[in-house]
Amino acid sequence: MAANPMSQFDVYRIGPEIKVGAFDISFTNASLFMILSTVSILLVFNFGSKKNSILPNKIQLLAELSYTFVSKMISDTAGSKAKPYFAFIFSLFMFVLFCNMFGMIPYTFTVTSHIIVTFVLAAFIFIGVTVIGFIKHGFGYLKLFVPSGVPAVLLPLIVVIEVISYLSRPISLSVRLFANMMAGHTMMKVFGGFVISLGIVGGWLPLSFSVALTGLEILVAFLQAYVFAILTCIYLNDALNLHH
Amino acid sequence: MVKKIYFLSILFSFFFIKEAFAAESGGMPQLNPEFWVSQIFWLVLTFGIMYLVLSKLILPKISNNLESRKSQILENIEAAEKQREASDAKLKEYDEIISKSKLEANSIFNQAREKALKDIGAKREVLDKQIDNEIAEAEKEIDALRKNAPDKINKIAIETSSELLQKLIGAEVNNSSISAIVDDLSKRSGDKYYGN
Repeated sequence: MAANPMSQFDVYRIGPEIKVGAFDISFTNASLFMILSTVSILLVFNFGSKKNSILPNKIQLLAELSYTFVSKMISDTAGSKAKPYFAFIFSLFMFVLFCNMFGMIPYTFTVTSHIIVTFVLAAFIFIGVTVIGFIKHGFGYLKLFVPSGVPAVLLPLIVVIEVISYLSRPISLSVRLFANMMAGHTMMKVFGGFVISLGIVGGWLPLSFSVALTGLEILVAFLQAYVFAILTCIYLNDALNLHH
Repeated sequence: MVKKIYFLSILFSFFFIKEAFAAESGGMPQLNPEFWVSQIFWLVLTFGIMYLVLSKLILPKISNNLESRKSQILENIEAAEKQREASDAKLKEYDEIISKSKLEANSIFNQAREKALKDIGAKREVLDKQIDNEIAEAEKEIDALRKNAPDKINKIAIETSSELLQKLIGAEVNNSSISAIVDDLSKRSGDKYYGN
């Protein structure tokens, strides 16, 4: 067994190398777990929406609770104008949640522990939100960088800070998720390694830590998916209802 | 079939995990750009398909289910409300009927009582009159008897005395003298026997 706690994040090809032009789009373990997550999401929600009984069964209840949870989250943070983007935020939340949760199963691969994946998601959100903002408000969207009630002397500084904070959104959003996932999994791996190296005598302490960490990581997996989705809602709120 | 393929591919991946673990690599694999394009490609593909299926097929169905359940529950509540109102009205009606019939029963009872009392009074009057009449007649009879009684007694006394005298002295005695004596006696002591 590998002692390196980072080797769990290795991406490797499954099957042959697939190249399109200069790009390598081979099927990897990351692709496998992306497909697994999406297929599980689709299966759960397909079975959860198939029958429309007045008294929902367990899977229907699960699907409907998720639906109302996300829809409430969106309406609370971004208002009723965000309704057209419900499907996207729902997919986003479910995708991140399922990828995180799949990562909690031993010997699996955590898709969201890779900066490139979270960055693509965050960048897409950033670009999408910016485009929506400019479509809704035209150049008035730039008022987002000019907070009201700021003295004129401070304005240049504030605008620069606002622009930087706006531009750093995709980075903070992606790094938050990626770093949380990576740190948690690395820590679990390290404690797991301690269990092995300390053996039957001293291994109980890191083992108990490992158990506790697993619970914590499951919480983090949910929480980070939630944070990712709610931050998207907040950015969307900025674009839809220019509050500044 | 699809499931089988996926499970097989999971098994496959375990195979390769072992291989990858055997060949250790240093540093953060996340920063190795070798598979970035592949990851982006598969992310866009899987996420895009999932988004399309969710937004076009599944989420509308769930929203529809939720809506229909909500409306059905509202309908049921409305129907229940209506039925409650109807039952309240029926209860009121029933109460009214009961109170009305109670009043009616009371009045009927009162009427019957009055009538019965009247009847009893009339009958009693008639009976009282009859009784009075009978008493008066009986008194009259008694009076007549009382009036006749001294004469009869006197007569009996005269006859008895005359017969007694005849037996004693053997001679016929004038009835008229005896009757004079009896009358005289009865007048003197008549009150002792016939007086009231």
